[in-house]
Amino acid sequence: MAKIVVDVMLKPEILDPQGKAVAAALPRLGFTFAKDVRQGKRFEIEVDGDPTPAQLAEVEKAAEKLLSNPVIENFTVRVEK
Amino acid sequence: MKIGVVTFPGTLDDRDAARAVRHAGGEAVALWHNDADLHGVDAVILPGGFSYGDYLRCGAISRFSPVMEPIIDAAHGGMPLLGICNGFQVLAEAHLIPGALTRNHELHFLCRDQNLTIENTNTSWTSSYSQGQEILIPLKNGEGAYMCDDETLKMLEGEGRIIARYVGENPNGSRNLIAGITNERGNVVGLMPHPEHAIDSLTGPSADGLGFFTSVLKALVK
Amino acid sequence: MALDTVVLAQANPDATQPFAELGLKPDEYARIKEILGRRPTSSELAMYSVMWSEHCSYKSSKVHLKQFGDKAVKTDALLVGIGENAGVVDVGQGYAVTFKIESHNHPSFIEPYQGAATGVGGIVRDILTMGARPIAVMDPLRFGPADAPDTRRVLPGIVAGVGGYGNCLGLPNIGGEVVFDETYLGNPLVNALCVGVMKHSDIKLAKAAGAGNLVVLYGAKTGGDGIGGVSVLASETFESKGPAKRPAVQVGDPFVEKVLIECSLEIFAEDLVVGIQDLGGAGLSCATSELASGGSGGMKVQLDKVPLRDPSLSPEEILMSESQERMCAIVEPSKIARFLEICEKWDVTVSVIGEVTDGKHLEITWHGELIVDVPPRTVAHDGPVYNRPLAQPAYIDIVAKEILDLPIPSTADEIKSTVLQLAATPNLADKSWVTDQYDRYVQGNSIQSQPDDSGMVRIDEKTHLGVAVATDANANWSYLNPYEGAKLALSEAARNIATAGAKPLAVTNCLNFGSPEDPGVMWQFAESVRGLADGCLEMGLPVTGGNVSFYNQTGSVAILPTPVIGVLGVIDDVRTRTPMSFNRAGLDLYLLGETFDDLAGSEWAYMHKQRGGIAPIADLQREMRLIDLLVAGRTKKIFTAAHDLSQGGLSATLTEMVLRYNTGATIQLENVGISLLSETPGRVVVAIDPSQSAALTQEAAVQKIALTKIGVTGGDALVINDATISLKELREAHTQTFQKLFG
Repeated sequence: MAKIVVDVMLKPEILDPQGKAVAAALPRLGFTFAKDVRQGKRFEIEVDGDPTPAQLAEVEKAAEKLLSNPVIENFTVRVEK
Repeated sequence: MKIGVVTFPGTLDDRDAARAVRHAGGEAVALWHNDADLHGVDAVILPGGFSYGDYLRCGAISRFSPVMEPIIDAAHGGMPLLGICNGFQVLAEAHLIPGALTRNHELHFLCRDQNLTIENTNTSWTSSYSQGQEILIPLKNGEGAYMCDDETLKMLEGEGRIIARYVGENPNGSRNLIAGITNERGNVVGLMPHPEHAIDSLTGPSADGLGFFTSVLKALVK
Repeated sequence: MALDTVVLAQANPDATQPFAELGLKPDEYARIKEILGRRPTSSELAMYSVMWSEHCSYKSSKVHLKQFGDKAVKTDALLVGIGENAGVVDVGQGYAVTFKIESHNHPSFIEPYQGAATGVGGIVRDILTMGARPIAVMDPLRFGPADAPDTRRVLPGIVAGVGGYGNCLGLPNIGGEVVFDETYLGNPLVNALCVGVMKHSDIKLAKAAGAGNLVVLYGAKTGGDGIGGVSVLASETFESKGPAKRPAVQVGDPFVEKVLIECSLEIFAEDLVVGIQDLGGAGLSCATSELASGGSGGMKVQLDKVPLRDPSLSPEEILMSESQERMCAIVEPSKIARFLEICEKWDVTVSVIGEVTDGKHLEITWHGELIVDVPPRTVAHDGPVYNRPLAQPAYIDIVAKEILDLPIPSTADEIKSTVLQLAATPNLADKSWVTDQYDRYVQGNSIQSQPDDSGMVRIDEKTHLGVAVATDANANWSYLNPYEGAKLALSEAARNIATAGAKPLAVTNCLNFGSPEDPGVMWQFAESVRGLADGCLEMGLPVTGGNVSFYNQTGSVAILPTPVIGVLGVIDDVRTRTPMSFNRAGLDLYLLGETFDDLAGSEWAYMHKQRGGIAPIADLQREMRLIDLLVAGRTKKIFTAAHDLSQGGLSATLTEMVLRYNTGATIQLENVGISLLSETPGRVVVAIDPSQSAALTQEAAVQKIALTKIGVTGGDALVINDATISLKELREAHTQTFQKLFG
C-alpha cells in the first residue's frame, strides 16, 4: 500500500524556537555536526492502491488549505512506497 | 446589545468572556461551533482556550467550524469581532487579520500579569481607552509570538493597526512587541492577552480589561 | 495464545499460570483459587493481580488507615466519606465541595511529562465522577537536589506536564509546593489535588444498581497504555533489574478529557446516570468490579464491545489497559438515547458494553465465550490485608541525640547575609519559573493562588461564597518524629487556610513513603497515620479520603516520610479575605505565637547538612485558638495582611511579605538569630492599621495567643535591627535561583 507524505516546514525566514533548542542541545551531547536545525511536521496519508494524479492534486489542495499555514509554512507532497 | 461568545471543543475562557460582556452591560449569547446560526448577535468574541487541543496548529481546525462561515461573512460586512488568545489564532488562520502566532521564544507556556500600551483607540474594541494608556491584564499562552513578513509589519506600523504593545521585556518573542492588531476597517481585533480576566481586582490583577467590552457596546450604539 | 475461558479453566485445573510475574504471592494465588473453586482464567488472573496490587488494594496500609474511620469526628458537614472516588463536604448555601489528592510518582520518574500530565488527568476524573465540576488543581512536587542532573531532566518535564494538561482543561492551578531533598533523587513526588463543586442533589456514586440498566463506556478508545502499569509500576522499586517490567506509561490527551468533562456535566445535569466510575489505575478491571460491588453484584459485560484504538489487544490486555480519559456509566434503558445524543454532540466515542443483572457475579464475555465469572467484591474489596511487621528504625534515637552546630547571625552583616541566603536557597526561592507555566486565571474565580498561603476560589458569584485549599508536608520533621510530623503538617495546612480568614473544614492526604516491606518504613507510615488521625480528631476535621504511595525508594534508601496533608476551608465572603501582604507604609507588624529554639529540621539546618535534633511537638489546642483568632481578625476587619511562618521561619515570611507588593518594613528583634531562623510552629505575622491595636490585643488575649510587635511597614528596604537589605537586592536573590537553574 502506498502512502502520500506531506512534509510541512516553517518558511526559512520564520523563527523556529524548537529547532533552535534542538540545535543548542546537540553540541551539549557531543554532536558537533549541526550548523542549524529546523523542525517540521510530517503527515502520512494512507490511500487504497497507488495514488492517482487527481488524488495528489486533492492532497496538494488540502495541504495548502488545512495541513499548512501558508503565512508561515511551506509544504511538499510526495508518494512513498 | 447581544454579544455572541463562541464555544469550540476545547474552548476554555468562554464563560469568562460572557461574564465580562455582562459586567460591561451587554447580553452574552452562547454560540456553538457546530451551529451556523449567529442567533441575531451584534458582535462576536472568539475566546481563549485550546480548541481542538491546539492540534495541527492553534486555531487551524476551528477556523473551518460551521459557525465560522457566517462570522467571517459578517466581519467582512463590518460586524465587530474580537479574537482573544486562541481566538486571535483562529482569526489569523482565517486570514481575517494578517500574520500568524507561533511558539513562545522560551518554548513554554507563560502566565503572568502583563503591562500593555493601547496604541489605537479607533477600533470597535478599544475606543474606551485613551491613546497611549497603559493597562495591566493577564497574558497566558504557549504560542503567542506574533510573526509576519517585513512588508506586513511595515504596513501594520504605517497604518496604525497595532492596537496594543507589550511594555518592557518581550514576553514571547512577538515582532515589534505586538500584543494585538486590527484589520483595515477596525472592526476585527486579535489580542493575545486576556482582558476578560481583568474585569475586577478581586479575580484579576486589575479592572483594566473591561474597556474592550464597554468599547464594543459603545460602538454598537453608534 | 488461545482464549482462556471459564470452561477451559474447569477442564484444565492444573494449567501453570504466571501469577508470580503478575506480582501475586503464592498464597494470594491460592486464595483466588479458593474463592473461585477453580483456577482463574487468564483474564480473571489479570483482574485479581491488578486489583490486589498494593496500589489498588491498599493491602499494606489498610489496617492503619482504618483509624481515619475509627477516630473520625462526627460531623454533618461530611456528605460522602472515605471509600468513594472522593469525599464530599457541605460548604453551605446548598453547595457541596469534593477534593482529593493523589500521587503519580513512579510514572513521572519514567516519563516526566506524561507521568505528571496523566496524574492531573486522573485526579480530575475522580472529582468529575462525584458529579462535580472541577474548579481548581494544585500540585505539591518534590525533587532531588536542585542542581542534580536528573532534576534538570525531571523537573522541567513534570512542570510542563502539570501545566500542559491542567491548562488545556481550563482548570486554574492555585497552589502547590516545590521542595528539594537528596532522598527524592530517583523518586520524585508528583502529587496532584483537584477541587470540584456541585449542588447537594448532584452527588453521584459508583454503583451499578437496577437489573436491566446498561453499562456504558465513553471517552477515549482503549489502547495498550500502561498495561500492567498499576501493579508493576507501583509495586516494584527501581532496581537495576532492567526494563522488562517497565511497560510504557500512559499517554494523556487533555483535549479529549476537556470534552469528556463538558459532555459528562451535561449528562449529569439531565440526570441520565444511576452510577458512574472513571477508569484510572487498573482500567476496566477496577471500574466494572467496583461498580458491580457498589450495587447488588450482578453485571454482564461484552468485552468485545469496547472500542479499541489498537485492534490487536487481547481480552486480558483490554481489562488491564490504563488508557486515559475514559468513564463508565450505568444508565437506565429509557435514558440511553439521550445519553448517546449528548456524546454525539461532543463527538465522544461511546459504546454500551453490558448490563446490570440481578445475579451476584460479574460475568465478562469475549465474542460469546465466558472469560470472567467472579463475585465482584472479591476483586474490588476483599483483597489481601497485610499486617506488616514494623519497628522503630535505629536512626530515630541517634538523630534525637544529635546536637546542632549552626552559625547563628548576630551582626548586621551576618543578618543580611543570612536573610539573602535563605531568600535564594532553592526550597525557599521564588517559584514563578514553575507557577508561571500554569494558568491561574481561567474560569475567572481565582481569588488567591501561589505564592499565597492557600489557593482560594469563589464558588458563587452572587453570594461570594468561596473555598480555600492548602497542602503541606514537612518531611524533615516527619523524619525526626513521624507522629508529630503528620500533626504539624496538618496544623500548618489548616493555618494556611486560616491566615486568609477561611475556616478549615475537611482533610485529604497523600502519604508518600518507601517500601512497606521495610519494618522501619512501615513504622514511619504507621506513626504518621496515627498522628494524622489523632490530629484530625483533636481539631474536629474529618478525613474525606486519601492516597498511599509506597515503594518510593532506590535500593535501601527510602525517601523521607512525606505525608502531604491537604486542608479545605470555607469563607463566606471572598471579598473580605485577609491578603498575605501589605502595599502601604505605616502599618504595624505583629508576630502571633511564641518563638522557641526550634532549629531541628529547619531549612537553615538542612542548608548546613544537619538533619538531627528533636522536632517540635504539635500543640493543636493552641493552633485551634490561633485559627479562631485569624478568622475573627478577618470578620472584625482587624488585619490588613497575614502570612504564615513555616520553612525558613520569620526570615522567609518577611522576605515574601515585603517583595509581594514591593513595600519594605523596619523590624526590631530580640535574640535576632533565633528569631529569624527558628521554625517554631503556630506563628503568623499580621499587619494592622495602628488604630486596630487595641482590638488585636483584646482578641489575642481572648485566644491566649502571644503577641509581639516586631516593626512597621514602609520604605524600599527590609531593615532588621542594624541590617538594611534593599528590596532590589532581596528580589534579585529571591528570583534568580530558578532562572539560573532551569531557565
